[in-house]
Amino acid sequence: MDFELMINSFPKLLDATLVTLKLLSLSLFFGLFIGLIFAILRMNKNPIINRFAYGYSYVFRGTPLLVQIFIIYFGLGQIEYLRSTFLWTILKEPYWCAIIAFALNTGAYTSEILRSAFQTIKPGLIEAGKSLGISSKIIFYKIQIPIAIKQSLPAYGNEIILMLKGTSLASTVTLMDLTGVAKYIISTTFKPIEVFIVAGGIYLFMTFLIHNLIKYLEKKYSYQ
Amino acid sequence: MELLAFGKTGWGDELFYATLMTLAVSVTAMFVGFFFALIFTPLKLSRHKSLNLIGNFYTTVIRGVPELLVIYLFFFGGSGAIMFVASMFGYFEYIEINAFITGSFAIGIISGAYSTEVFRGAIQSIDKGQFEAAKVLGIKKHIQFYKIILPQMLRLAIPNLSNVWQITLKDTSLISVTGLVEIMRQSYIAAGSTRDPLFFYSFAAVLYLLLTYLSMKLINKLELKYSRGF
Repeated sequence: MDFELMINSFPKLLDATLVTLKLLSLSLFFGLFIGLIFAILRMNKNPIINRFAYGYSYVFRGTPLLVQIFIIYFGLGQIEYLRSTFLWTILKEPYWCAIIAFALNTGAYTSEILRSAFQTIKPGLIEAGKSLGISSKIIFYKIQIPIAIKQSLPAYGNEIILMLKGTSLASTVTLMDLTGVAKYIISTTFKPIEVFIVAGGIYLFMTFLIHNLIKYLEKKYSYQ
Repeated sequence: MELLAFGKTGWGDELFYATLMTLAVSVTAMFVGFFFALIFTPLKLSRHKSLNLIGNFYTTVIRGVPELLVIYLFFFGGSGAIMFVASMFGYFEYIEINAFITGSFAIGIISGAYSTEVFRGAIQSIDKGQFEAAKVLGIKKHIQFYKIILPQMLRLAIPNLSNVWQITLKDTSLISVTGLVEIMRQSYIAAGSTRDPLFFYSFAAVLYLLLTYLSMKLINKLELKYSRGF
């Protein structure tokens, strides 16, 4: 056991953790919007819109995240037309490509979580709102969304942890996140176990924090 | 379409074999995972605090650390660990382990953590009366497990195990970083030499979708078989 290496690599890995956290928070932010939009589309009565939303979540949940990143990072650059538009300023950066892939991926899972949360809301609550003469827009924003958020908290907490682990794939498109830096240190020092303990420990600490934050929120928003 | 031709002109046969490789790694990893689950499920259910701790340590660490990091640990550390064991037996030559074995072992350990959780949940949701009734009837411990607990456990575990299978299947794409030629690696090679990454990565996505779709169909049949009478 090389303790010196562990101590020396800790600050480097901690710097890289910032990259991981940035990737995580941005993709969760965009992913939540995508998820909410697609959850609403899934509940649409129009079969075409409905199918489209289902297809989106099926494709993104049925293929590995790595494929999705590679299609966006390596694949989209191949389209000549895209290169001439302003989108290229975003798509040529591996950082944004990774965030787009993560957001689309987590969006697919989030849409499923939110959809099932919306569907478990008791119809009586919506009917009660209607009979009180509340407009359906306000019922949606003030009754359905708060209940759905509360219901989906445990599942969404899992999704955040899965996404935290997912951000490690950013290292495959040259980004130096926590896993990327860990791999770099491993391949230059050939001390995989020491680096794994430090990097794995940082990841575990983050999952621990996320887990407890969700637990706290669950308690805060429970009915009692 | 020419790109997908079989034979020397296209990548059809290469991708076909790569798909078989993905399936082979996934199935092996799943079985390695079952093996780990077989060890760690009893530990997690044990009444002894220390055994419990070992079981929880395994599932918490593996499920809390990115898959890629675990794969790097095995990829870079695997041959080192084996050489260390071999050196204790007096063998000091360099040993390189096969990418297939490292890969399925790494993915297997990950899938084992998920399987352990599934089995634990399934056993815990079996009615306590079942255990007591078996005890009262004087049924031997192992017969009780094989004939009473296991069939009921499988019925409860299959839907969740199908999730584990999906996760495992998708995780095998990460093995491509070690150079094992499965779907992802083959697409990477094909994309590099034809300069057509969009096509090949999209095709890889289609292959994965096909695999998940077909395996779900199969698992649904299994589910029906095991839920007879419910």
